[in-house]
Amino acid sequence: MTPGPLSYFLIAAFGLGAVVAGWLVFRTDSMLRAAYWLMVSFVGVGAMLIVLDAQFLGLILILMMSGEMTIMAIFMIMFMMNPAGLNPMTMVHQHRTSILAGVGSFLVLAWVGVVAEFPNRPAPVEDPTVALGEELLGRSMLIFESAGVALLAVMIGAIALAAKQGRFGDAFAGSVEPELDVEVGDRT
Amino acid sequence: MIDLLLVIAAAIFGIGVYGALSQQSFVMIMMGLELMLNSAVLVTVVFWWGTTGGNPSGQLLVIVILAVMAIEAAIGFALVTAVYRSRKADIAEKLKKLRN
Repeated sequence: MTPGPLSYFLIAAFGLGAVVAGWLVFRTDSMLRAAYWLMVSFVGVGAMLIVLDAQFLGLILILMMSGEMTIMAIFMIMFMMNPAGLNPMTMVHQHRTSILAGVGSFLVLAWVGVVAEFPNRPAPVEDPTVALGEELLGRSMLIFESAGVALLAVMIGAIALAAKQGRFGDAFAGSVEPELDVEVGDRT
Repeated sequence: MIDLLLVIAAAIFGIGVYGALSQQSFVMIMMGLELMLNSAVLVTVVFWWGTTGGNPSGQLLVIVILAVMAIEAAIGFALVTAVYRSRKADIAEKLKKLRN
C-alpha cells in the first residue's frame, strides 16, 4: 500500500511520542512512572504497527505490554527504593560510556536505514490478519507451538527460581547484604 | 517512509542501549532491554510491510519476538526475586561476585 500524507503524519506523531516516552523512562525520578512511560512508548509503537496495516500485532503488543508494565510497576513497589519519586534520584553508572554507546548505535543504525537500498515490495491491502492466522495454523504451526512450549518452560523455570524454598534449602538462609564498595566517581 | 521508520526504530534502540548500560537497578536495566526489543518489533514489521510483499512469515517473526519479550520479562523478574532473597541486592553494584 502506498502511504498517504495522513499515514506520514500519524507515523511521525506516534514515532516522536514513542521516542520521547522512551527517553523519559530514564529521566524520571519515580521508578513507577518509568514503568508507565515505557508503556506509553510501547503504545506508540503499537499504534505505528496499526498504521502499517499490522492491526493484530499492534493490538497484542499494546495489550501484552499493558499487562507486563503493570507487573513491572508492582515489582518496583516491592523491591525498589523511591518508587514514588518523592526525592530526586540518579542511579546510574558509566554514564558517559552509556551515552556514547546509545548515541553511537543510533547514528550507525539510522545511517544504515537511510543509506541502504531495500527492495520495494509493499504489502497488499488484503487482510494481513487472515494471512497471519493461516500461517500460524498451517505452514508454521510448529514454530507457533514451539513458542508456546518455550513459554511453558519459562513459567516452570521462573517458579523454580523465585520459590522461597529452593533446592538447597530456604532461600533466605544465610543471606547477607553485601558491602557497597563503589567509588564516588563511578556513580556519576 | 521506510527511512523515517528505521530512524525512529534506531532512536528507540539507542535509548534502550543507553538505559541497559547506564542503570544500576535491575528492573531499570530490564526496561532498557525491553526498549531494544520494542525497536526490533518495529523494524520487523517495517520490513514485512515494505519489502516482503506481505509475506506472513514476517508477521510470524514478530510473534516470536513477542514471545522472547515475555520470556525475558518472566526470567528477569524471577532472577531479581532470587537475587534479592539470597543477597538482599537490588542494584548491579551489589553483585560483583558470582558466589558469596
